[in-house]
Amino acid sequence: MKKKAWYDYLWIVTPVYFALGLFNILFAWLGMIFFSVPLLLAIFGGNKVYCNRYCDRGQFFTLLGKRMKWSANRPTPKWMGSKWFRYGFLIFFFAMFFQMLWMTFLVGAGSQSLRETVQLFWSFRVPWQWANPHLDVAAWVVQFSYGFYSMMLTSTLIGLIVMVLFQPRSWCVFCPMGTMTQLICKWKSGKAVPVCAGCNEGGCHGAITGTGKRSGRDDGASGK
Amino acid sequence: MRAFASVIQDRCVACGSCVKVCPLGAISVWRGVMAVVDTGRCVGCGKCKQECPAGAITIEKRGETA
Repeated sequence: MKKKAWYDYLWIVTPVYFALGLFNILFAWLGMIFFSVPLLLAIFGGNKVYCNRYCDRGQFFTLLGKRMKWSANRPTPKWMGSKWFRYGFLIFFFAMFFQMLWMTFLVGAGSQSLRETVQLFWSFRVPWQWANPHLDVAAWVVQFSYGFYSMMLTSTLIGLIVMVLFQPRSWCVFCPMGTMTQLICKWKSGKAVPVCAGCNEGGCHGAITGTGKRSGRDDGASGK
Repeated sequence: MRAFASVIQDRCVACGSCVKVCPLGAISVWRGVMAVVDTGRCVGCGKCKQECPAGAITIEKRGETA
């Protein structure tokens, strides 16, 4: 049994985040951490260490799906891992994100009134007015909180559904942040290719397969 | 004959689920792009295959070449 590191307990962040938003929607701004940290690590570090180690949501799904056995453990449908679905979902997610930013702008400009609701699955408005602390902050700050919390809650619910139906971390297959950081890492790695120890011994043992198989040498595959 | 894990690179999303469960530390995520198996260490136990949400791992059986 591997000894647990401090980051193995980060799953607690997910329920705490949503619990805080139940009482004070302004805590939704903390979610910017989940957006910026993986991006910064991918852009400057050229890695997906956030997904690999620190992602609270991935750990939370593992805890519920694997430890608590809430997952059916069926194979994730192949179409969910296809490029068109992954990139399509990324584009859709970004479109919804920018729509949310536009709404925030309109509220800030005074042409729309503040909507104290959480919008689930980009469709269903759930009253959430009790979580507005009515502090002395601009209306757009509160509107962004509602919008961001809606997005976080919706994506977590989608992740929970696929966790129950398929594998604990099926969400990771089409997670927009994961897709985006992998794209950044691919761009950063350029034409460099991984080579496993077997290949270094001479002759590919077949530890990397797939169409468009990379064929070159790079010693970056020796692990972390 | 020996068994080892093989990564289908087009399907791998580099989430790192496989890295966490490998009892021999034989798999790592290469530059955030894909998982890479150290065939020298891998014994083909299949834990990574079970864990992979993307179905990107298969267990290959090959004769010794080195």
